[in-house]
Amino acid sequence: MLLTLLATTAIGLVLLRSLFAAVMLTGMYSLLTASLFVLLDAVDVAFTEAAVGAGITTVLMLGTLSLLRVMPEHTEPRHGRLLPLAVVCLTGAALVYATFDMPRFGDPQAPAQQHVAPRYIEQSAAEVGLPNIVTSVLASYRGYDTLGEVAVIFTAGIGVMLLLGARRKE
Amino acid sequence: MNLLGLYNYWIVIVLMMVGFYLVIARSNLLRKVIGLNIFQTSVFLLFISIGKISGGSAPILKDGVEIYSNPLPHVLILTAIVVGVATTALALALIVRIREAYATVDEDEIHVQDEEA
Repeated sequence: MLLTLLATTAIGLVLLRSLFAAVMLTGMYSLLTASLFVLLDAVDVAFTEAAVGAGITTVLMLGTLSLLRVMPEHTEPRHGRLLPLAVVCLTGAALVYATFDMPRFGDPQAPAQQHVAPRYIEQSAAEVGLPNIVTSVLASYRGYDTLGEVAVIFTAGIGVMLLLGARRKE
Repeated sequence: MNLLGLYNYWIVIVLMMVGFYLVIARSNLLRKVIGLNIFQTSVFLLFISIGKISGGSAPILKDGVEIYSNPLPHVLILTAIVVGVATTALALALIVRIREAYATVDEDEIHVQDEEA
């Protein structure tokens, strides 16, 4: 049900003419995704998506809109719509064909469930001592990922400062 | 083999293609960023769907719970969401600069100006 709603919101995004409405709809879309994550047992991801995806991203987009001021958007595309549509349908069909080899949703025997996950679930209480397994993996087993994440955010922050900060002084 | 078990993946593909379409068919740069965001969320959804085990509960240790969903995709996606916002911020900053240099955020008009220059 929620999945269908999500797809409808996304298609609505394509059809929307007004840029402002499209930005607001992305916020709603993120919030829908967050509620879907709760249903899929990913509560930590849902928190982050609701705060970061629905919150910060929408604020950033609105900020950009106000910096760009109101611009007349010419709606008629210079090149046809048919070619992109054909490319998208073809790619989509190929991907759907590929899903027939995927393990079914919720299958406990799927390869993804067999590798390191059982170890995390069984040992993390003894090895790290936190009840939340996601936190244990994030901070301990895959700590380097988080370090890399910080490096990316730092780089992006510097980039934004360089792009927008220099402009102010002129 | 029931095909209903693939429904999640199909919705993921629909979302992915919607994002893809926005990126390749729209000339407005801001709309392209929105498209990239949709594409990104579809990948998040794919990972979280793979991690779900039917009858499982959220991966927080608790007495009396036998089956937990896979915590690994959750960790990966948690990192990806935050990185995604950082890259979106960078893209939006670039758009603001492009707007200042070209007085437009439309890809076609930028091409025209580039050819004239």
